[in-house]
Amino acid sequence: MTTETSPVPSAPASAEPEMLTGSGAIIRTLELLGVTDVFGIPGGAVIPLYDELMTQTKIRHILVRHEQGAGHAAEGYASATGRVGVAIATSGPGATNLVTAIADAYMDSVPLLAITGQVFSTSMGTDAFQEADIIGITMPITKHSFLARTAEEIPAAIASAYHIASTGRPGPVLVDITKDAQQNLAPFIWPPKLDLPGYRPIVKAHGKQVQAAAQLLLAAKKPVLYVGGGVIRAHASAELLALAEATGAPVVTTLMARGAFPDSHPQHLGMPGMHGTVPAVLSLQESDLIISLGARFDDRVTGKISEFAPNAKIVHVDVDPAEISKIRLADVPIVGDAKDVIADLTLAWADAAQGTAADTTEWWTYLHGLKEEFPLGFTEPTDGLLAPQYVIQRIGELTGPEAVYAAGVGQHQMWAAQYIKYERPNSWLNSGGAGTMGYSVPAAMGAKVAEPDRVVWSIDGDGCFQMTNQELATCTINKIPIKVAIINNSSLGMVRQWQSLFYDGRHSFTDLNTGHGTAMVPDFVKMADAYGALGIRVTSKDQVDDAIKLALATNDRPVVIDFIVSPGAMVWPMVPQGVSNSFVQYAKDHAPTWGEE
Amino acid sequence: MTSHVLSLLVEDKPGLLTRVAGLFARRGFNIESLAVGHSEIPSLSRITILVDVEDIPLEQVTKQLNKLINVIKIVELDPAQSVQREHLLIKVKVDNTTRSQVLEAVNLFRARVVDVSTDAVVIEVTGDSGKTQALLRVLEPFGIRELAQSGLLAIGRGSKSITERVFKN
Repeated sequence: MTTETSPVPSAPASAEPEMLTGSGAIIRTLELLGVTDVFGIPGGAVIPLYDELMTQTKIRHILVRHEQGAGHAAEGYASATGRVGVAIATSGPGATNLVTAIADAYMDSVPLLAITGQVFSTSMGTDAFQEADIIGITMPITKHSFLARTAEEIPAAIASAYHIASTGRPGPVLVDITKDAQQNLAPFIWPPKLDLPGYRPIVKAHGKQVQAAAQLLLAAKKPVLYVGGGVIRAHASAELLALAEATGAPVVTTLMARGAFPDSHPQHLGMPGMHGTVPAVLSLQESDLIISLGARFDDRVTGKISEFAPNAKIVHVDVDPAEISKIRLADVPIVGDAKDVIADLTLAWADAAQGTAADTTEWWTYLHGLKEEFPLGFTEPTDGLLAPQYVIQRIGELTGPEAVYAAGVGQHQMWAAQYIKYERPNSWLNSGGAGTMGYSVPAAMGAKVAEPDRVVWSIDGDGCFQMTNQELATCTINKIPIKVAIINNSSLGMVRQWQSLFYDGRHSFTDLNTGHGTAMVPDFVKMADAYGALGIRVTSKDQVDDAIKLALATNDRPVVIDFIVSPGAMVWPMVPQGVSNSFVQYAKDHAPTWGEE
Repeated sequence: MTSHVLSLLVEDKPGLLTRVAGLFARRGFNIESLAVGHSEIPSLSRITILVDVEDIPLEQVTKQLNKLINVIKIVELDPAQSVQREHLLIKVKVDNTTRSQVLEAVNLFRARVVDVSTDAVVIEVTGDSGKTQALLRVLEPFGIRELAQSGLLAIGRGSKSITERVFKN
């Protein structure tokens, strides 16, 4: 049907669809999906794509130094904003170098679109040069994947991948595109038809289940809201705040959820889990009702699962039905998007409440007592070196909650989760599920590209930093002024801590010789300099603030501060692996006492 | 452990079987038998899986399978409410003294002889596993030279179809 009087000049209806190369179709599709930034590095099987990238202006391509960096940068970009991050790599080793980042995104539900080149469709399966079955390799770590062998298939493949990556439980989706598909011409038809009959993410929860959850919450004397990363992915922080304040229930935020609920809020007990606060750990353990919101009962949170929260009923809210009752049987399972479910639950609770809510005064008295008796804290190292916790705390205090903090994995990650105070979602980025060392620098880079007006800190370890620091070159060249704080304890600190505690202090191959009293190879300050970044070394407490302030004032290039800290510092509190959360230790050989059940 | 029959309606896409089989391997679920073929709808295949798990892990299997984008629908088929069949080809050694006994067994089980040679017969049998296993036990003493067995096939009784609700809209 034609309309003669259309006020909007539209493309002539009779026009033939535009002919584009497959590469042109990739770029046009990304553009039309709203993608403005991509991270990647060219190689043989993506030269046609890069040829087209060169002549367009709508998409900013950041040339990374290693594909893993592209993957984590796309993750950081996604995690700082909630938008889909895009990484591009060539076939074979280019694609396999993305694997770690894809696995990371899978574990932490990061919306990631990975585009890989593939050898000519006619050569596939012949062990051609730089051929790898990347779809096969990534099958267990992607939400889904597509292979495009023809130019015609490209728009639908990328649009479907983008849709799958960003809806339901977000995750990585890979699109593998053969070189001939990139080269050949095909009519570009938009929008493409998305043919996904088996993909129907559930968003709106069952009203009856929400009512049941509200009833349990009303009756609970010891409730706790167990908040996971899903609340951040669902952009549900405002709804969470409303639920918490309406019900007065205590809140704990997991490692993935730091920032989902303001740290300054009086109902916040902190982070639960292996290195959680004593009040957060014990609140879950001793509660009579856990409302799990976008969390997945990870072993690092529950401790020994058979002894986890023995008296608690469980309301489990998740957009992924497979998470519910996977680890702990839910009394009230609720499948739905956290944003909608939390809002519905708040309404249902208010409707049903009418002054009938159970009294939680006693529960709060107990929790306040724990908060007072076991605040987060650290002791000064006995070796006279800097306390890593102090450094991280000062970075947070001097920079403030509007910044983005991306950590690597290990002790410094835990301290950054504990000692920086998060007030807003998407301000804390880390590799939670996969525990990927090397995540921090490229993730910070990606976050800074997404949020150029925010200060972005990479809180990194000396071990992690050495895995992906080549992206400093990317940062310098592309004017992405991130700030890197290397918490340099000269060792693979978390492994060292376990060796100290559980392996008779046998520090097997955890000494990296980067810190105090060692050969200091490499010299991180010289390295920063070589990369065109500002390098600063800090060895004593009185230099800490000045260095952080100088870093904050330097925005024409990246900054690397080498904080030489004590290797003896340990992360406390700690629930040793494989035991009940009841055995949380506040510090070495110091377990809190608690009432018998 | 208990056996459960799952019937999956899936998109006929490359790599689909790898996705399904890989999921079972990865999550530590054991496939007893697997049968794949076209369904009555051209672009869709049907997979019948016999899996040996307890009820709670079965729920995980089903949920994880449902997460696969190309899986459209999963139903568990209750043996009482469905027809379940497997198909066997059995090569049995025979000689002049045993041939008639073997043929008698074939008749008793309503199986069929589909190939005959001087020293062997190939027998075809269709049935539930109770029947096929019983026939195998009877034939065992004569010497089973070769056995080829299909995965279990199953379909619900009555007029309802697994594809019905999926394509109502």
